Amino acid sequence: MDWVTDFWIPVIKAIVVVLALLVGGAYMTWGERKLCARFQVRYGPNRAGPFGILQPLADAVKAIFKEEIVPHHVDKAIYLMSPGISFAAVLITFAVIPFGPQIDLLGRQIGLWIGDLQVGLLYLLAIAGLGSYGIVLGGWSSNNKYSLLGALRATAQMISYELPMGLALLSVVVLAGTLNLNRIVDFQGQWPLIVWQPLGFLIFFIAILAESNRSPFDLPETENELISGFMTEYGGIKFALYFIAEYTAMVVNSAIVATLFLGGWKWPAVLSNLHPLAGVALFLAKVLVVLFLYVWVRASCPRVRYDKFMRFCWKFLMPLAWVNLAVTAVIVALI
Amino acid sequence: MLSDYHFIGVFVLVAIAFPFLALGIAWLLRPKKPNPVKTAIYECGLETIGDAWVRFRAQYYIYALIFVAFDVEAVFLFPWAVAYHRVGLWALAEVFLFLGILTIGLVYAWRKGALRWQ
Amino acid sequence: MLEMAIFSILAVVAVTAGIAVIAQRNVVHSALFLLVHFCCLAGLYILLNAQFLAMTQLIVYAGAVVVLFLFVVMLLGLERARELPDPRRYQWIVGSLLGMLWVAALIWALFPQAAQTAPALTRSDNVRQIGAALLTDFAIPFELTALVLLVAVIGSLVLAKKKLEG
Repeated sequence: MDWVTDFWIPVIKAIVVVLALLVGGAYMTWGERKLCARFQVRYGPNRAGPFGILQPLADAVKAIFKEEIVPHHVDKAIYLMSPGISFAAVLITFAVIPFGPQIDLLGRQIGLWIGDLQVGLLYLLAIAGLGSYGIVLGGWSSNNKYSLLGALRATAQMISYELPMGLALLSVVVLAGTLNLNRIVDFQGQWPLIVWQPLGFLIFFIAILAESNRSPFDLPETENELISGFMTEYGGIKFALYFIAEYTAMVVNSAIVATLFLGGWKWPAVLSNLHPLAGVALFLAKVLVVLFLYVWVRASCPRVRYDKFMRFCWKFLMPLAWVNLAVTAVIVALI
Repeated sequence: MLSDYHFIGVFVLVAIAFPFLALGIAWLLRPKKPNPVKTAIYECGLETIGDAWVRFRAQYYIYALIFVAFDVEAVFLFPWAVAYHRVGLWALAEVFLFLGILTIGLVYAWRKGALRWQ
Repeated sequence: MLEMAIFSILAVVAVTAGIAVIAQRNVVHSALFLLVHFCCLAGLYILLNAQFLAMTQLIVYAGAVVVLFLFVVMLLGLERARELPDPRRYQWIVGSLLGMLWVAALIWALFPQAAQTAPALTRSDNVRQIGAALLTDFAIPFELTALVLLVAVIGSLVLAKKKLEG
């Protein structure tokens, strides 16, 4: 067993990516507060450091030192585990996303991705499905009526958006002919898939808004009807974990959108061929654009009622995704 | 090939360790002074009546049942989509038949009002 | 060596979780152990290089089926589940008979003349192979699957309707 290739490289890669995602998620909380404030003609956080840039750090310190209250009526093991599941699932999702080309580092070929799976797209779907357990179990184990309602809504929401999401991904697969995310990025060397799949992009984007429980689909936590939904009984570091899981999920989902529809690190090839780091920068820029979209939607749209959301998913989005897939398949067959 | 799973396995372990590390550190640092009022349920200030674990409307679960069936369908479509370029028009006809049969199910559910949220 | 170690860990966890599923009194805990069990199975499939099957296991069983269980448990409320009396008192007799049969089958399978191992999967693109096989050699079973799913949808609707109206 070669310790460097079999142990150190995977471990270092994993730690670097996890830390990067953590910082990304933490700064997304800051970015969203800043942007939202700007949308509402306010300043947002501006006390901790220049432009409030140290705010996430202050929040983290506060969360860690908060007294932790475990209510007496909860199912303790599951209650303590759930925020961890939520956050871990979000991190694990990122494992198949390529964020750059293969680079030469200290004489070793290192690909800028964790794993290059031939079933990468299915892996994304699978882990996205597992991610909802953190919310559902947290809501259930709290034994609080609001939490339970939040958990129920999270489940109801999940079974509604996952089908349109899968169908939108299928149209991507029909075009690219592969489930491997590196191959999908290669396929977009000339044109990003959003050009061929504008409708698919829209459906997928709506689905991931719901997947990361973001406004206008933040139904599991709706603070004005369910206090805080599934996380009503959570405080201190456990609340912080849920919170950062949500924002890291936004970052990871944006990375998925950037990879599947916006050409990943590759498009436009003129830029990404300059230097491996230019590819990474391109990828980051696309992620930021999608993150901005997230905040923009939140600042603009009121929340939908959840029965309307379900009706929208089952009776509009799903047939639409279905038609989109059929049309894509016919066109591919004709060409 | 398996080496990619090797990387992912290590990544999964690190990713799982991370939040629990955070929980552990906070557990070491934070103050612990619980009392009955603090650990009471956070619902509305009044004494809560009963557990939250009560019966809700069972109609929700029709959605879940239909969801499982369509989820299986979606999984079947992925290999089709990957092999689509190879097999061509014949594959298109087959999959339209496959989807057509399932559409009957959706239309039936729709007409029967199972997708209505009362 | 590493593969053997991973296999052993996954197998032990899978069996332990499987036992825990039926040993637990709390339905949600049972469902959680079932989830652990399914994830271990997915890991075992990956060791066999059946990648598509592993992901299907996660999407359909770990993702959809366990969510369905949790959903139903949450909707029905745990209290009701606790009140239920033991529905079948003779269950354990049938159960242990079936169990013994299964152990016998396992022992038989361990004898060399019975052992027929499936050919190892190629390390190339097995999703495309599955897709091509589904569309050509197994086209009729593929369409029949759609029919089975249709029956499942309609059947569940009919049953649910009866329950709801009754």
